[in-house]
Amino acid sequence: MNARFDVLVVGAGPAGIAAAVRASESGTRVGLVDDNPTPGGQIWRRGAPQPASARGWLTRLEASGVQRLQGWRVFDAPQPGLLVAERSGAGDSECAELHFEKLVLATGARERFLPFPGWTLPNVMGAGGLDALVRGGLPITGKRVLVAGTGPLLLAVAAELVERGADVAGLCEQADLRQLIPLGLELFRHPGKLLQGVRLRRASRKAQVLTGCWPVEAKGRNKLEAVVVQREARRWEIACDYLACGFHLVPNLELPMLLGCRIENGFVGIDDAQQTSVADIYCAGEPTGIGGVESALLEGEIAGLGAAGRQREARRLSRKRPAMQRFVRALERSCALNPELRKLPHEDTFVCRCEDVPLRALREHHSWREAKLLTRCGMGPCQGRICGAATTFLFGWEPDSVRPPLLPARIASLRACGAAVELAQHNKETR
Amino acid sequence: MPETISLNIDGEELRVEPGTTVAAAVLLAGSRTRTSVTGEPRAPLCGMGICYECRVTINSIPHQKSCQILCEPGMDVRTA
Repeated sequence: MNARFDVLVVGAGPAGIAAAVRASESGTRVGLVDDNPTPGGQIWRRGAPQPASARGWLTRLEASGVQRLQGWRVFDAPQPGLLVAERSGAGDSECAELHFEKLVLATGARERFLPFPGWTLPNVMGAGGLDALVRGGLPITGKRVLVAGTGPLLLAVAAELVERGADVAGLCEQADLRQLIPLGLELFRHPGKLLQGVRLRRASRKAQVLTGCWPVEAKGRNKLEAVVVQREARRWEIACDYLACGFHLVPNLELPMLLGCRIENGFVGIDDAQQTSVADIYCAGEPTGIGGVESALLEGEIAGLGAAGRQREARRLSRKRPAMQRFVRALERSCALNPELRKLPHEDTFVCRCEDVPLRALREHHSWREAKLLTRCGMGPCQGRICGAATTFLFGWEPDSVRPPLLPARIASLRACGAAVELAQHNKETR
Repeated sequence: MPETISLNIDGEELRVEPGTTVAAAVLLAGSRTRTSVTGEPRAPLCGMGICYECRVTINSIPHQKSCQILCEPGMDVRTA
């Protein structure tokens, strides 16, 4: 497949949908490429009642002229103005060349996972991870679940699990109350978020919330049976079927980095118009700072309008950004990890779960690259997407480069992509 | 009531609701998704196509991310 767009948007979460809809409604030819079977990203994932804003945007997307490419994974950016993507599922894989004039990166975020003894056991999942599985058809009614980690996602997941009839054994938030108060105060400036927080807490009321508390061990033979949690000097065991555990979110920066976008303090650097350091490439949503749906929608709208050449309207919307950014900073501080969590993994705990590399093997190394080369940490199929965030926290290591393919891709796709690039170069030379 | 979908997981028939992901179906069948390089049983972690713990063989194609693929009638899923 070969397609050309005025504006190509990567990621069909709230930011990507808002960008695609605004750009398309401005009369440009828009493509929206996303790796999931349906649009909505993680937060508007199907299988649960959608908030009104989600329904509104999804309806607008449906009515727009946006060409939707669901189930496609972008794996390379072989030359300016071109991304290549692969679709593989039940049948044969396909490869697509996506040409663009302007690009909007709305690649979202993933959960941060920290290694602790037993975290590789089946039924130990991310908080968003378990939520996604449940929305994807995993029955949870009557199951006992412990929710743990850090960040507002935990409350949202606990509320949804309670509503679905799960027995939520507790919600362990690693931050202590003192660390959470400034975020609570900031919420009063955002009535919508405050209301949502109150609603979620009410929905999850059956679950006991423990602050300054985290899991130290997951126990079980072939799957999870119990979790040992710690709060100050006290440790105790909680029997459960599932542990839903994530330590806030980290941005998906692989594609922005491959494209050469400047990274500032761990996020994609942008200006007031959502422009990255690379001409004609915009970025919106979580990759610019973890701010949630409202902020993602605003940034997506600004980016979509800007990419479609409606700078004046983009600038007008841009005035709402400072308030959102204040919330982003308050949220970040409230989720800052307690240094004690560095002691969670034991010497034999696997840090890299693709290649089963234990903490012991990593201790003697000084950088992410050295550890990769000598232990295979981060060299498995996930390409360090899980253990990279953990080793950043544990050792302060930062990824030094991103190379294609961004994800494991089929030989046929790589060959098709290579042929496409050769053809484009040939055409350019003979023009 | 929508019709259920019938698929095959490791040789056993399983019926699921439309919209069910292959990852959820594998868990529903009580299976692990894969065995790690040192022999540990593994099951989905992230649920969003990042961690690759959920990879299975679908219709003879290995390494499919089951959390991002919906069940289809007659699908043949193999865990490892």
